[in-house]
Amino acid sequence: MPTKPEKDHLTGQETTGHEWDGIQELNTPLPKWWLYVFYVCIAFSVVYMVLYPSIPWLSGHTDGLLDWDRRVELQQDLELAQAEQATWVDQIAQADLQAIANDRELLNFSMAGGQSAFATNCAPCHGRGGAGLPGGYPSLADDAWLWGGTLEQIHRTIAYGVRNEHQQSRASMMPAYGQILDRAQIRNVAHYVKSLSATVDAPEWVAAGQQVYAAQCVACHGAEANGNPALGAPNLSDQIWLYGGEITDLVSQITNPQHGNMPAWQTRLDDETIKMLAVYVHTLGGGQ
Amino acid sequence: MAQSATATADNRAPAREYYNEDVVRLFVIATMFWGIAAFSAGVFIAFQLAYPELNLGFAETTFGRLRPLHTSAAIFGFGGNALLATSLHVVQRTCRARLFGGEETALFLFLGYQAFLVMAGLGYVFGVTQSREYAEPEWFVDLWLTLVWVVYLVVYLGTVMKRREPHIYVANWFFLAFIITIAMLHIVNNLAVPVSFFGTKSYSLFSGVQDAITQWWYGHNAVGFFLTAGFLGMMYYYIPKRAERPVYSYRLSIIHFWALIFLYIWAGPHHLHYTSLPDWTQTLGMVFSVMLWMPSWGGMINGIMTLSGAWDKLRTDPVLRFLVVSVAFYGMSTFEGPVMSIKPVNALSHYTDWTIGHVHSGALGWVAFVSFGAMYFLVPHLWHRKQLYSMRLVSYHFWIATLGIVLYITAMWISGIMQGLMWRSYDQLGFLQYSFVETVEAMHPFYVIRALGGVLFLVGALIMVYNLVRTVRGDIREEKPMVAEPAAAAAPAE
Repeated sequence: MPTKPEKDHLTGQETTGHEWDGIQELNTPLPKWWLYVFYVCIAFSVVYMVLYPSIPWLSGHTDGLLDWDRRVELQQDLELAQAEQATWVDQIAQADLQAIANDRELLNFSMAGGQSAFATNCAPCHGRGGAGLPGGYPSLADDAWLWGGTLEQIHRTIAYGVRNEHQQSRASMMPAYGQILDRAQIRNVAHYVKSLSATVDAPEWVAAGQQVYAAQCVACHGAEANGNPALGAPNLSDQIWLYGGEITDLVSQITNPQHGNMPAWQTRLDDETIKMLAVYVHTLGGGQ
Repeated sequence: MAQSATATADNRAPAREYYNEDVVRLFVIATMFWGIAAFSAGVFIAFQLAYPELNLGFAETTFGRLRPLHTSAAIFGFGGNALLATSLHVVQRTCRARLFGGEETALFLFLGYQAFLVMAGLGYVFGVTQSREYAEPEWFVDLWLTLVWVVYLVVYLGTVMKRREPHIYVANWFFLAFIITIAMLHIVNNLAVPVSFFGTKSYSLFSGVQDAITQWWYGHNAVGFFLTAGFLGMMYYYIPKRAERPVYSYRLSIIHFWALIFLYIWAGPHHLHYTSLPDWTQTLGMVFSVMLWMPSWGGMINGIMTLSGAWDKLRTDPVLRFLVVSVAFYGMSTFEGPVMSIKPVNALSHYTDWTIGHVHSGALGWVAFVSFGAMYFLVPHLWHRKQLYSMRLVSYHFWIATLGIVLYITAMWISGIMQGLMWRSYDQLGFLQYSFVETVEAMHPFYVIRALGGVLFLVGALIMVYNLVRTVRGDIREEKPMVAEPAAAAAPAE
């Protein structure tokens, strides 16, 4: 309700003379510091707009005195980063894997690059440092290699992957023996396989299993059960089990085997990074 | 109707029956309901981030579905109902006019708005969403809200137009700016083509970067006009009312109002720094954000300085403490915002938890605290009670919630800046030092702290609900009055 401006006794300011539901307003001037900081912000903005692309019109916009362009800047940053690594990357592109591993400086560079690429691309399945994860993600930090542990073999596995669409992908698979053997035979051969790396208290099943092994398994896993990296057939005598080492796990894996997959990293990473990864993974455990 | 009888003499305050307070009471109850819902959902999804098993393996309970439930319950459920409650209360009081449109219209506004909230929430959980941040509801819910919102505008504007005061009080400027701008933002941002007449799915009218900038033009101004202008309207009534002091500066209120309205609407592009948005748009988004700093602080100055000559009330009145501290948080986050909009800072902060911390210092510290203050003021008033059930409980609420906010935002600052630094750290040979997974792992402890901060905030709100329910029932708690506090601390009484 309209009243006359009056003095507020606590602050000494005049009111505006209006009142709403008991609320009055003082006519305090704008705080000086507030006004000046506001001006400074506006001045900063004007200068910034003169320097950088800002004002649009129908077919374009002002470019700014600095002639700055984010895409150009990014391109320059990328080129600079590439130039700094170029000495090493070029040598890695030329050298073969063994030469990289033998050259102290190239090895050092590959370890850093391989570790970085591994952490982003490989660690989700193989674990940090290649420790492996349960459920069929093999450890890369031991000396058991499904597809071979030489530099060349590791490189090929990374580049083309396992059981994927790529033409050169590693592809072989174990048959589902549930359709070939009866349940007693599978039980027996499971006991035999287990007995290769542990004590099994069922000598008759082990003996019977050995017969089955010799007939069905030896072709891929070998007479000594040491496996065959050319086929991705694992070593069965080393206590390392991809899908569990209990008899029931073995029975399950023989009856209806699980198979892992791995992408062909050649389609995602450049050649030098794959080489660095191969060298890095080779050093993790027992590269051959 | 009693209004014509009681409203004859122009210079007398009308009897309270003159005003429509029924609808305000309904909105107050809805505010508390949606507040608890929003805070609970927030706590749950905060724990989901720390312990992903809490996604529970159902699509309906995953973070992706529950996160919009949390944000919508907080912004539109809690914040929206608080704004409707206070704006409809304030406009009647400061215009000395009963709500335009009658009881039925007011009731439609209440029921219509709650229906919007329920439709939106159910949609999120069952996967009916257009995936636009803070505008997730599909086209049919958008149409419904448009109708409800136009009714709101008519009711509000009608009341202002039949006012019996020569001038429009500043709180109403802010509320009106909020209602009008939200209508505009809502309609443009949700322009979409439904796939079929009876289906829920639609596609945005815009595509590519134009769609992105429309979304963030809306998103940023939802913050600017829903969570800022609207709540400034709330502040401009409840702080002077509670402190029983005149507003600090009428001139400042004019200047900062128009500066805020003019500048805010341009600042949206700062959400899209370093994206495919053209450089010139990013420049404008940044400089308008920088210029916005002082206009925002104008509101803070007017809120806090209104206490000039009445500072001692902060000691004895925890309700006023909520109101004033909310303005302090407002000042803090409106400084942080312009800083984060500066491109080199944004290069570090963008996509990190720092943004989440920033939003919550505004949402918890400013929006929620000023609403709590207003609710504590309104409930005894609306239910004709002499006082609140307990001032001590208000004080406990204040300290528990403040501690919760401090835990929340400090955890997010640390984890956000750490995350940003880890993403950009290279070793001396030029290789990225950390993988994404390693940054997530490093943030885990801060996620836990953040969730605990949320728990404290929720506990505070539950204390509030208890206090308000007892107040409505007419109970008064036997307790030492707040006035005795400083004396008791200084000298041993008895």
